[in-house]
Amino acid sequence: MSEILVLGDEALALGSIDAGLAVAYGYPGTPSTEIIEYIQGYIKSNETEIIARWCSNEKTAYEGSVGVSYAGKRTLVTMKHVGLNVAADAFMNSALIKINGGLVLAVADDPGMHSSQNEQDSRYFADFAGIPCLEPRNHQEAYDMTMEAYRISELFNIPVMIKLVTRLSHSRSVIKRVETLPITDLGKAADKLKWMALPSLSRTNWKDLIEKQKEFIEYSEKSDFNKLTLNSSYVETGIITTGLGSNYYLENAEDLESSLSHLHIGVYPVPVDKIRKLAASVESIIIIEEGYPFVERMLNGIINEAIKVHGKLDGTLPSSGELNPDNVRTAIGLKPREKQTGAGGDLPGRPPQLCAGCPHTDAFKALNEAIAGFSESIVTGDIGCYALGALPPHSAIETLLCMGASIGMARGASEAGRKHVVASIGDGTFMHSGITALIDAASTNTDMTLIIMDNSTTAMTGMQDTIMTSPMIKNLVIACGVDPEHLKELKVLPKNHEENFRIIKEEIEYEGLSVIITLRECIHVVGKIRGELK
Amino acid sequence: MAEKYDIILSGVGGQGVLSVAAVISIAAMKDGYTLRQSEVHGMAQRGGAVLAHMRISRTDISSDLIPKGMADVVLSMEPMESLRYVDYLKPEGILISASAPYENIPDYPDLHDIHSRIENLKSSLIIDAKKLAKEAGTMKSVNMVMVGALSTRMDIREESIVEAIKELFSSKGEKIISANLNAVLLGRTAGKIQ
Repeated sequence: MSEILVLGDEALALGSIDAGLAVAYGYPGTPSTEIIEYIQGYIKSNETEIIARWCSNEKTAYEGSVGVSYAGKRTLVTMKHVGLNVAADAFMNSALIKINGGLVLAVADDPGMHSSQNEQDSRYFADFAGIPCLEPRNHQEAYDMTMEAYRISELFNIPVMIKLVTRLSHSRSVIKRVETLPITDLGKAADKLKWMALPSLSRTNWKDLIEKQKEFIEYSEKSDFNKLTLNSSYVETGIITTGLGSNYYLENAEDLESSLSHLHIGVYPVPVDKIRKLAASVESIIIIEEGYPFVERMLNGIINEAIKVHGKLDGTLPSSGELNPDNVRTAIGLKPREKQTGAGGDLPGRPPQLCAGCPHTDAFKALNEAIAGFSESIVTGDIGCYALGALPPHSAIETLLCMGASIGMARGASEAGRKHVVASIGDGTFMHSGITALIDAASTNTDMTLIIMDNSTTAMTGMQDTIMTSPMIKNLVIACGVDPEHLKELKVLPKNHEENFRIIKEEIEYEGLSVIITLRECIHVVGKIRGELK
Repeated sequence: MAEKYDIILSGVGGQGVLSVAAVISIAAMKDGYTLRQSEVHGMAQRGGAVLAHMRISRTDISSDLIPKGMADVVLSMEPMESLRYVDYLKPEGILISASAPYENIPDYPDLHDIHSRIENLKSSLIIDAKKLAKEAGTMKSVNMVMVGALSTRMDIREESIVEAIKELFSSKGEKIISANLNAVLLGRTAGKIQ
């Protein structure tokens, strides 16, 4: 057994490695990115046959992992919460097949939206698909639960979700490791009828999955990760916590006059009997959940409604944003701690911004000047560093929805009769899920201009290599059906500004589909290459 | 010295806040502490305000985040950023900030006003970390000057910090390591003056 200082993401990665991982796939997305990065680093510095790769998007990553499972080996697939929306088709259906090699899905949620467009709670997805979900609250649990997830994935022949949140993904602490298990080959899945989602077969498999829920609940009732502590001498209030809610409760609990009965839930589906046992010994429950009021909403169907429930639904805790030691302190009725005041307040914000020398700055400058010449225009945006083009001084984009949406939205706006419609997207996001929308637009030669801002990397998440290199993107765009006459490549340097501005303006004026690829490496890629050459 | 330290680290993305956290964490581990250290990655790192919570203790730590009113020290690479987190300080806590502003926003307040707001706190220290970093051998060592200043407030052995810096900067070469070590020493001297 050895001790090691790791991020929460890295604890999960190590749990997977030590459980005998064969292949890991993922798509970068804050706060999940460091899981695959850690495994890739481990592969570089250890003798191992493990494979860890970035994929085009979360769906292709998930499908890859299902294939590894079919082939008989343990697999990990990683993504951020909104990435699971992209992978949802593969994910939902994978609950109906008979998992062979253990399949663990690591999803990192982002309550508080530090780096995301929403704070959706992945526990709903696990519930929706009908699969078990493990939710660690600290680094050791992230490690231990991942190992356990492989065991139950193979025990129940089901994909298992591990749900992280930003504060655990990006917090460092020390974990104890056990010995690394070798990669085991279970052999190809024996029963192909359990691997085809044909309606006739799915009807049976769906019934089997519904039956399995009882086993999952039985497992959850017995799990030590669902810990019930009863104090029969204090009945006024009991506590239910999930995820990091437990940490913030325990941080404050020593200041309470009595020790409260407490159920912590780390394994889903929820342990119904344990909840009833808690409810039977208290008059009211305060439920402290990181994420949506997921368990809170279920309580009505589980416990006697005479027991008052306080949580996010009645405003005891804030219904959006992260939990923290302070809002949980208030929720359990403690006075705020004495603190210093007087020096804060009235400070201007310091929002993130494009780095000095960023190529996107030059691209936005040329685009803004080109657009300024038209009385009517629409510029749709996408997910990546260049989303910062929404903020001053650029203020270049008008919309942001999800990965790849800039292109589909531009097409829709153009077909709705708007003139001078421009979509802006990065190279990584284009390859993630922009390509299909470009094929749509090319199929009708829609009057719009697509600007692919190619900086040769997945920059926002920390310089992961893109799935395809810059020279190949041009060929790909032509293969989508774009007229080569209206495919322009611009080197975005300040000295080329006049020419770039002119070409962008001409292509916006052209009544048909144009694609402009703005080329220049991210300044951090340049830095990385220089660092490696040293 | 205490059994437990709660430290808020602040600055602007790119100022090396996370390296400060890394050096102190490694050193604290060498001295037998357990720790939790919460960082912000991703979009927020791009030139925006950066905050890290560092909790070091001889016993188990529950929360990754420091409660308001619990921090022993707010250590900031930048003066305006330090003021955002004053309410994390416990009544007897100290705010330590580098003196030079990082002006990447159009509405940066008057620096004298910022400095005097810091000086009006119960306990504070403003360090000319830029000057000391230059003296140490590289302007990039401002954050290590601040590590030195912070270390005077903690029961962590100087040798542990030296070893941590050597480990963390091992790929950067002898020159950078020795400049960073100088920076820590200068920061320690500056941190002791009050």
